[in-house]
Amino acid sequence: MSLTRMLVMARKEVVQIMRDPHSLAIVIMMPVILILLFGYGVNLDLKGLPVFVYDCDGTQQSQDLLKHLQASRYFNVVRVVSNYHDLTRAIDDGDARMGVVIPWNFSQRLREGGPVSVQAIVDASDDNTANVLTGYVQSVVQTYSTRIQINWLRSHGVALQPATMNVEIRTWYNEDLESSAFIIPGVLALVMSVIGAFLTSLTIAREWERGTMEQLIATPVTATEIMVGKLVPYFVLGMVETILGALVAIYWFKIPFRGSFLTLMGSSAMFLIVVLSMGFFISVLAKGQFVASQIALLITFLPAFLLSGFLFAIEQMPKPLQVITHIIPARYYVTVLKKIFLKGSPLALLYADLIPLAIFTILLAILATRSFHKRLM
Amino acid sequence: MRAVDALSFDVGAGEIFGLVGPDGAGKTTTLRMLAGILPPDSGTAIIAGVDVVREPERAKHMLSYMPQRFGLYEELSVDENIRFYADLFGVPPDERNQRAMQLLRAAGLSEYRSRFAGQLSGGMKQKLGLVCALIHRPKVVLLDEPTTGVDPVSRRDFWRILYELLAEGVAILTSTAYLDEAERCHRVALLHHGKLLFCDEPARLKANMTKSVIVIRSADPRHLRSTLEGFSGISSLVLHGDGVRIVVDDAALRIPEFRTKLKGANVSFDWIDVVEPAIEDIFVDVVSAKGTSHG
Repeated sequence: MSLTRMLVMARKEVVQIMRDPHSLAIVIMMPVILILLFGYGVNLDLKGLPVFVYDCDGTQQSQDLLKHLQASRYFNVVRVVSNYHDLTRAIDDGDARMGVVIPWNFSQRLREGGPVSVQAIVDASDDNTANVLTGYVQSVVQTYSTRIQINWLRSHGVALQPATMNVEIRTWYNEDLESSAFIIPGVLALVMSVIGAFLTSLTIAREWERGTMEQLIATPVTATEIMVGKLVPYFVLGMVETILGALVAIYWFKIPFRGSFLTLMGSSAMFLIVVLSMGFFISVLAKGQFVASQIALLITFLPAFLLSGFLFAIEQMPKPLQVITHIIPARYYVTVLKKIFLKGSPLALLYADLIPLAIFTILLAILATRSFHKRLM
Repeated sequence: MRAVDALSFDVGAGEIFGLVGPDGAGKTTTLRMLAGILPPDSGTAIIAGVDVVREPERAKHMLSYMPQRFGLYEELSVDENIRFYADLFGVPPDERNQRAMQLLRAAGLSEYRSRFAGQLSGGMKQKLGLVCALIHRPKVVLLDEPTTGVDPVSRRDFWRILYELLAEGVAILTSTAYLDEAERCHRVALLHHGKLLFCDEPARLKANMTKSVIVIRSADPRHLRSTLEGFSGISSLVLHGDGVRIVVDDAALRIPEFRTKLKGANVSFDWIDVVEPAIEDIFVDVVSAKGTSHG
């Protein structure tokens, strides 16, 4: 292998990237767009969900319950309506995610000591939000109910201090429960899939398409020199974008970075080799730029987006899909990223993900090297 | 199906050897095998003393191959393309500059060194391709229809460069679709269905052509052709632009005969004369002659 020829290939590739407006646009714009999109556009936080209330009772007691509801940061009582129809309309129109109906005999039943129900109508078209809402409304009503019971006991001269149970919640790793902290580290995996697989899938295919490959393989440059020479610029580019992405995440989005920078770089390098090898492999097989880029998106970007646990938790996927995620290299990288950023896990705790990632790196690098021959088919 | 079968020839140093034949005859396949980028099922090819089949990578140092669509990088300048190929062959910078200067001057490209290859005309691209292919002083040059679609001026430049190379003792193997180019070769090989039909000096190839070619121009060539179909002495009849191209046994005999017959049939025409046989004409003639002698 000649280092000189490899550098000659790499230099040519760099000049081509710099002079191709499309590649350049992807290199510069894609990371910016992805980080902004996921940093600002995607918000999985459930806060201040709009709630409509129909209070049939209209007593101080019912008002008291509503105050408790409003006090929760998850709800925002937008309006109190005066009939059932308005409430259902608001849910139909999507103005309210939940409607709470307090029955006409609410305070009376409470005074008599009879059981009373409060109706909550939840918009379950988004099941995740519906589950969360149900949980929150239950806990608010439960707390309120306990308070009433204690008060009743007290007023009836029961002196005992009832033992209450509380859950003290500590949210570790992501103390402010910001979904951006959970999402943005994973965006790095998406950026790399685009830079690595999408752009490199074009490089070999372009040479076949334009006929330059036939010329290139008739020169003394070896297959490995062509491959390495072509991939090195994208590798450097990917690493630079990783660092930039990490800086934006840390200093702009204020996402905690608790792990080691070296581990971040090491795992990023491995993942980059994975996507570069995939892109190269696709490019060798497809021989056409359009087909190559479509396949690259399909087998790298989409899985990195959907099956890596970047946005959708793997544990919540159907079992067969969970099994499939094991062959998605992005899964391991995203896990490592989250652990490095939020948990600051030491290296020893990352092996479970780093080892599979390393295996993929080696396998795919071998596959890419083997796939390319200096020969016409 | 074999693209090339049992083909054997040799090209000496300082010789231009032409590969001639219709599309699909196996010219490109032959050149690719010699360039070491397409392994043959069997057989050997020695390029400058190196066995291409067994040691393609070593042979690649000695040879230069220019495919039909030359591999220029359109977003690189003329100089950058030259430098890229020079670097791949490990040509030292001094030597590269000197050689590039000389080749670019011969190609008439000296003023365009900083222009992007994508902005060159077809002829200039092809000449730049040749410059890139020759920058490392190959011993053997393989060219696949290098002047197809190239303007006459560029074609002249192109051939001048090739002749200058011969003085350096280079062996040149080129395929061509033009008879005038085939005539400039020292020897030509006629390929048909991957087999060698004829291999000799071009003058002999022409001498082999026993028939002559007549062109008749007319405002209504289709009508002219259908009329001609009944005439005797014609071995091939093809529409060609605003006229009909006819291969006949004897032009001197047939031209006056056709004139009279066409007047009699009341078919008007503008022009009738003998033309130089084109490569296809000779080809058709040789193939049909072989066909009859074998059959």
